[in-house]
Amino acid sequence: MSTETENPPADAKPKTQTPPKPAAKKPAPVELPAFEKSISDKIVEKFGDKVEVGFVKEDRVRINVGRESVHDVAEFIRDGLNYDHVESVSGVDYPQDNEIEVVYHIGSYTDSSLARQILVLATRAPRETHPIPGNDATKLPTLRDVFYSVEFHEREVFEMFGVFFEGHPDNRRLLLPEDWADLPPLRKDFAIKGR
Amino acid sequence: MTVELPPGLALQKVDERIMTLNVGPQHPGSGHMRIIVQIDGDYIVACDPDPGYVHRGEEKMAEYRNYITNIPHLERPVIHDSCNVLYPYVLGAEELLGIEVPERAKYVRVIASELNRCIYIMYWLAIYGIFLGHSTMFMWPAGDRELLIDLMEKMTGARVTHAHFVPGGVRNDLPPNFEDVCLRQVNYFEKRIKEYAAVFYDNPILISRTRDTGILSRQDAIRYGTTGSVLRASGVDYDLRVKEPYDVYDELDVHTNVMKEGDSYARSRIPWLDMMESCNIIRQALQKMPKSGSVRVKLKPNPKTKGLESVYKRVESGRGSLGCYIVSDAKTEPYRVKLSVPSFRNLIALPNLLRGEKLGNMPSVYWSLNYWPVEADR
Repeated sequence: MSTETENPPADAKPKTQTPPKPAAKKPAPVELPAFEKSISDKIVEKFGDKVEVGFVKEDRVRINVGRESVHDVAEFIRDGLNYDHVESVSGVDYPQDNEIEVVYHIGSYTDSSLARQILVLATRAPRETHPIPGNDATKLPTLRDVFYSVEFHEREVFEMFGVFFEGHPDNRRLLLPEDWADLPPLRKDFAIKGR
Repeated sequence: MTVELPPGLALQKVDERIMTLNVGPQHPGSGHMRIIVQIDGDYIVACDPDPGYVHRGEEKMAEYRNYITNIPHLERPVIHDSCNVLYPYVLGAEELLGIEVPERAKYVRVIASELNRCIYIMYWLAIYGIFLGHSTMFMWPAGDRELLIDLMEKMTGARVTHAHFVPGGVRNDLPPNFEDVCLRQVNYFEKRIKEYAAVFYDNPILISRTRDTGILSRQDAIRYGTTGSVLRASGVDYDLRVKEPYDVYDELDVHTNVMKEGDSYARSRIPWLDMMESCNIIRQALQKMPKSGSVRVKLKPNPKTKGLESVYKRVESGRGSLGCYIVSDAKTEPYRVKLSVPSFRNLIALPNLLRGEKLGNMPSVYWSLNYWPVEADR
């Protein structure tokens, strides 16, 4: 008896709540943080269709860019927007897209207005099923001449994902053994035993 | 009979005058790390750091475990700074899972991470002392850090590997009477580390060995992307606890220690000043912390997001800014976890600092970089 009496109000409540929901959702996407939006606008204004804004969140701006213009965009980020060092270079493997993404997290020490900000610059390299690291199509231009701080990070991405950085002065292995002859280990098709 | 060694294992011969030396990778209490140096007489002409002897594939392992079971192994790179190394991962996972952390848990986390910073720096200082042949400076920090280790044991139940931070708060609430014990221990600890000045930091022998060695200019510190004490010893005022406050650091008064010299002495003094600052922060946090309340919210099993979502969080660890980049594809396991560790970022400065130094100065320059090999290798 008690369940029957409780049910009708429980059904009735969502009906009354549903109308305000779409109204609350509408302003949310418009409300982009202004300072972060201005950073992404400057890059879009300069490069137009070559870049794509991945997201604009609080303190984080993501820019997706093709491999042919990544070097130019990085130079603009350094000279035009006062970013001065790269914190992290991460590879992410996407076998379903047949691509490997390389993500640069760029920050600034000298410009105090950018101290909280991280600019995420992402580019993609083609991926090969049977990689020969350094001798296949998985190549990207290096950013080492733009940001000196990527030197060791790019060496790590090369050995872990097989992405060769053209123009990098020192493309040796860093963390893996010198005689490593298997797949680059952080690719998705390198499986851990027993998993 | 000659055996051909794989490339990288054979030492390169340059000419009759220049000798190539292998330093490491044996473990003198400082982690496995090899530095290949070329010396001309007593002077280093080139240096090639060779990390990777403790590479354990933490990032690969993280892709096979769900968000909560990643916690015990992701703190392994720096077990004596285990709260701080987990911190960015936990913050990132919270954003992906859509969790709001209770106020009390935020304060407990700040106290735990500041205690852990002191524990880390004391270990680092002990090794720095013994690298320079100063046995007292090995014994004192190694003994005094037990005070804080006991505190962490009371708080978390484990002496070194705490696994205390979880997405949604901390694992357990503080034990009864913890605030009083903590305040007493921290006050004594601060009094104790101030005594190190007389025996170590004002010691003319230390000053003569570390002053003006391995100078890193402000421009280079920024260009190399160094972080933490290395950056602040070169005159850059940058501390994430002030610049990008996480949890409750914006409610606390944090002072950033900056020195302008950029030499080994400045780099070794900054962590010591940081410990005193940590004591200040702990006292403030103990005062402002809510006296009761929940410290953990229930986890939602899956990320709230649909499709690919990425998050990059960073905290100020004992060595500098530590970032964690998590890519989620809305499954229970992260798609990719990348730790951007300060040791790895500071390593790039080593070849440039050692060039032109005397070989005898190598230990002091190397260890003043606040470098922890296990963390750099992950």
